[in-house]
Amino acid sequence: MSSRRSRSRQSGSSRISDDQILDLVTRLQQLLPESRNRRSEKVSAAKALQETCNYIKSLHREVDDLSERLSELLETTDTTQAAIIRNLLMQ
Amino acid sequence: MAPKYTIATRHAKGIRTRFASRFLRSLLRLKSSSNRFGGSQSNDEGIGKRISTDRIKIAAYASMARAVGPRRAWSRALLFKLRNRARIHGVSRKRCLVSEKKNKKRVIRNKVVAISREPSRADTLRKLVPGGDSMDTCVLLEETAHYIKCLATQVTVMQSIADRLLL
Repeated sequence: MSSRRSRSRQSGSSRISDDQILDLVTRLQQLLPESRNRRSEKVSAAKALQETCNYIKSLHREVDDLSERLSELLETTDTTQAAIIRNLLMQ
Repeated sequence: MAPKYTIATRHAKGIRTRFASRFLRSLLRLKSSSNRFGGSQSNDEGIGKRISTDRIKIAAYASMARAVGPRRAWSRALLFKLRNRARIHGVSRKRCLVSEKKNKKRVIRNKVVAISREPSRADTLRKLVPGGDSMDTCVLLEETAHYIKCLATQVTVMQSIADRLLL
């Protein structure tokens, strides 16, 4: 496991326990969108990591799509100042 | 109109407003610079005036990294990466060749090491989170959690801006 590798890299730090890692992984899992409904079910750490990777990739894709949409929109709007002020007020 | 809440934590709303104001300001800057110079530096587009998608994407990630500040490892790594990219793009091509040579050497070294390793799930995560190469597993998971929170905020803010620009 990569935790063993990182333990050997650092000389002075404390050992990373499995419980700590499991705790962090469950915290991570709670942030994912799908698993918010089924909280009682315990998912393995591997599956949680896999879902995290997929979620991050999907978020990156959404950012790409949104920036493309924004570039098209910015091209067409002429009254930028009014739009910006409206956006700031409505946040 | 009621504000939309993302993953509800104490910090999420603060990040949200900070990111939104920075991002809107950089969008304004991009728009005004493309209005001033008839042909802006668009990479792939043939049309001169259009603000390229990559610039907006870079502006979004940069605004998010600055809004988070230097207290998180991933935001520091992201800002460092963006600054290096800006420097390489701005300087002449000679320096690009020099950095390419350095990368080639690094690639050869990594190939010899990589034969014995299988890419674990933690390694894919390291590639996705900025600055993840030089992190413990523990630190990596913490940074991932914060990174996901901020990415989700970024997406909702960009979505609401795009929705409002249509009006």
